Amino acid sequence: MTASPGAAPLLEVHDLAVSFKTPDGVLEAVRGVSFGLARGRTLGIVGESGSGKSVTTQSMVGLTRGARITGQALFEGRDLLALPAAELRAVRGRGIAMIFQSPLSSLHPLYTIGWQIAEMIRAHEPVSTAQARARAVELLGHVGIPRPERRVDDYPHQYSGGMLQRAMIAMAIALNPRILVADEPTTALDVTVQSQILRLLRRLQEEFGTAIIMITHDLGVIAETADDVLVMYAGRAMEQAPRESLLRMPRHPYTQGLLRSRPRLDAIGGRLVPIPGQPPSLIAPPRGCPFQERCEWSIDRCSSTPPPLADVAGDRAAHRSACWLPERGDAP
Amino acid sequence: MSAAPPIRGRGPWELAFERLRRDRAAIASAITILFALAIALAAPLLAQLTGHSPIEQFTETGLSPTGIPVGPGREFWLGTDGLGRDVLVRIAYGTRVSLLVGVLASGLAVLIGAIVGIAAGWHGGAVDTLLSRFMDVVLSLPFLILALALAALVGPGLGVSIFLIAFFSWASVGRIVRAEARAIREREYVQAARALGAGSARIMFVEMLPVVSATVIVYATLLIPSSIAFEATLSFLGLGVPPPTPTWGNMLTDAMAYYKVAWWLLVFPGAALLGITYAFNVLGDSVRDALDPRHDQTIGAGRGGAG
Amino acid sequence: MTTEVLVQLRDVVKEFPVQSSAAFGGRSERLQAVAGVSLELRRGETLGLVGETGCGKSTLARCVVRLLEPSAGQVLFDGHDISTASHAELGPYRRRMQMIFQDPYGSLNPRRRVGSIIGDPFEIHGIGPAGQRRRKVQDLMALVGLNPEHYNRFPADFSGGQRQRIGIARAIALRPELIVCDEPVSALDVSIQAQILNLLDELQDELGLTYLFISHDLSVVRHVSDRVAVMYLGRIAEVAPSAALYERARHPYTRALLSSVPAFDPDERRAHASVLLTGDPPSPLDPPRGCRFHPRCPRAQARCAAEVPQLIPRAGDGPEHTTACHFPLADGETMSTDAARSVTA
Repeated sequence: MTASPGAAPLLEVHDLAVSFKTPDGVLEAVRGVSFGLARGRTLGIVGESGSGKSVTTQSMVGLTRGARITGQALFEGRDLLALPAAELRAVRGRGIAMIFQSPLSSLHPLYTIGWQIAEMIRAHEPVSTAQARARAVELLGHVGIPRPERRVDDYPHQYSGGMLQRAMIAMAIALNPRILVADEPTTALDVTVQSQILRLLRRLQEEFGTAIIMITHDLGVIAETADDVLVMYAGRAMEQAPRESLLRMPRHPYTQGLLRSRPRLDAIGGRLVPIPGQPPSLIAPPRGCPFQERCEWSIDRCSSTPPPLADVAGDRAAHRSACWLPERGDAP
Repeated sequence: MSAAPPIRGRGPWELAFERLRRDRAAIASAITILFALAIALAAPLLAQLTGHSPIEQFTETGLSPTGIPVGPGREFWLGTDGLGRDVLVRIAYGTRVSLLVGVLASGLAVLIGAIVGIAAGWHGGAVDTLLSRFMDVVLSLPFLILALALAALVGPGLGVSIFLIAFFSWASVGRIVRAEARAIREREYVQAARALGAGSARIMFVEMLPVVSATVIVYATLLIPSSIAFEATLSFLGLGVPPPTPTWGNMLTDAMAYYKVAWWLLVFPGAALLGITYAFNVLGDSVRDALDPRHDQTIGAGRGGAG
Repeated sequence: MTTEVLVQLRDVVKEFPVQSSAAFGGRSERLQAVAGVSLELRRGETLGLVGETGCGKSTLARCVVRLLEPSAGQVLFDGHDISTASHAELGPYRRRMQMIFQDPYGSLNPRRRVGSIIGDPFEIHGIGPAGQRRRKVQDLMALVGLNPEHYNRFPADFSGGQRQRIGIARAIALRPELIVCDEPVSALDVSIQAQILNLLDELQDELGLTYLFISHDLSVVRHVSDRVAVMYLGRIAEVAPSAALYERARHPYTRALLSSVPAFDPDERRAHASVLLTGDPPSPLDPPRGCRFHPRCPRAQARCAAEVPQLIPRAGDGPEHTTACHFPLADGETMSTDAARSVTA
């Protein structure tokens, strides 16, 4: 994963694997994923439901209860997966902050927004109530909420969807985290509000140098925000590349399928080319490449051995694809 | 269409049953209840075995020379009561009454409650107001006074007991069902049924009832112990099944006079009552957990993915 | 595709009474979800209805299939006024128009078997001998790409895309003429969306269906529709053939909407002078006077706050392209971000 030259990666994940015990068997949500994130960069993790994209980051900060986790997640040199609970709690919020898809369920309905932000600040820093509140007002203004000195005393139900998400972002950046993990932050929002929120995140990144992990199923969001992209499917990494490289020359059949099956605003009519079939179950997942069943180019080897994430030859940028047929670099 | 979810087709009832099977508390309480049922069914057998019928008074062997009941021993395994009757056999016969009244009263109550609840919840408006106020009235009626009045009017008995208990229980079920029906009314599958042209009757019966039945079953299970306790109260007050038919309630009434000298008169019927009530309560809790609709989603159910 | 009109909406209004809530200052007691909509749906076409949250498109959809009764205005199906028809009178019309819902997890009764759900239309309308129903249902399942052997399974055993197929099978059982699709693919994964959209396309060809396709996703609507109507806060802002809407949108809101869609092509991204609409869509409880979009419109002038613009052809357009705006954008005219007023809700 390319980092800007000279900058040590902020986050390095090696062979992360997460599984859960369920009444029907062991569900392997993440099966050996590695990536890196440099300061000030945005990594987009794109995948559909069941791809493991959310579980990946949740497991790193200890939000997956009862899961079996293996691998390494080095944040500024320390392995998050090996940290004791108390230290991990300290990392959450200060080092790594998260925002989620549905702010309504992440915010307590019976406390004011200002109080919740202030509480979060006071949990990590030795400031007075008044100071924390002042900081909350400042943050709300920073994320574009009008008249923050009044809105700080409002309850979540008095905010609109877009504003709630802004409030969540305010809470997330309150302690100036080095990494902001945004898990489907705009999925539940209207498209006009979505572009506002994405712009806000970009502006904040420029101002504070925060690294962002943007988790989404929407390739459009990736196109607008990501510097580097990781495509996940059924718990594994399928393709990794800088954004332009991925969108212009996708190498993996799954990425190609995703791009092809999306209706485009500029293309007219005709039948879409969907990816046939469905994602596989993660309980007793297939042995070889997880995409093999739905792939039009699969060969015998694909069902027996999972292909490693390997460099794709002939591409200047660091472009990797997990496919036994990497030479098939056809344009979409 | 390839790769259907690997979990083989198990409907919500099957899944609930399997969850129940795995619940140890449920198994234990189920065993207890089955044991009680066995006793109830085998009551005549017990009478034959011991040679004592439930109403026979053994003044010779069952009472001490001073007229005090005899304690547990070889002749009377659980002792005798004030009239020299075999406590064990009486408890066994009492189980019949308790289970019968408990189950029938509970069943009747949830039946009425479900019908009224669904009707009120679905129709809304005037119908709902009428039925809801009616339920409120029933819930405010003083049970004891009415029970006394009814018993005085018609005379105490098995049927009266069942009716009384059902009458005082159905309204709480009705309220819960009504609330649920109101919520279901807004669900998309009900909208879809309306769009298809389904009439009220069909929607209530075909769409709402199966969904509401989970709640109803839980309530039915939980109403049984309170019905049993209710019955015991009624017969304790002399308003239930008339003597000499033994019920746990009237056995406890008799025990009032003798408990200082005959602890077994209080302990054994009391333990039976407590035990069966507890077992049903535990089972009801387990059934509620098993039927929890949150368990009905397949794993990883999110945006259209399977597993 | 003919020009025969299947559904006609004339000034449809739908209001809901709202308990005065302190949060909104209680100024309005009625929520006007649909505030006067006139549209026509032609036989065989797909009319896309696009708009953001709160614009009233779902409410309008439900008025069309008479799940809701309009507070005012008329709904005509095949020339017959069904606006105030009773449940009994609607019977025969119910067979001719159906609805597909957004939520694949909520639109199917979780306690009923799939075969029974799909067979509902037959049972409700007393079609066919009961013995043959099972076969008919299985034919339908095969038609929409489901395994007919899963007849006795419950919805929970199916994935989101498959559930949507079940909903579609149920909707086409009685061979309706009109199907209102309320966000049918919004809750599905991208790789499944295309499958369902293709299925709907095939079925339209095979069964001669007319679709009212509702979505907030512009790309999807653009792809499936012949004509598109853009809705904002209970009113129609613009109606045009698909291509014309994308290439020559006249209403500022339409332009803003189009430019908010994330662009894939980097060149496209630069060309799309992104007109950032500031603020959130205002609440339908307290709609602005005059043109409802004017508080957020970069081109708004005094007239816009006073006079409601009519939905008529503007700037030399033919009858197919109507816009409700006093100052519509001319051909080739762009909206600059500098002019965007920063009004936040």
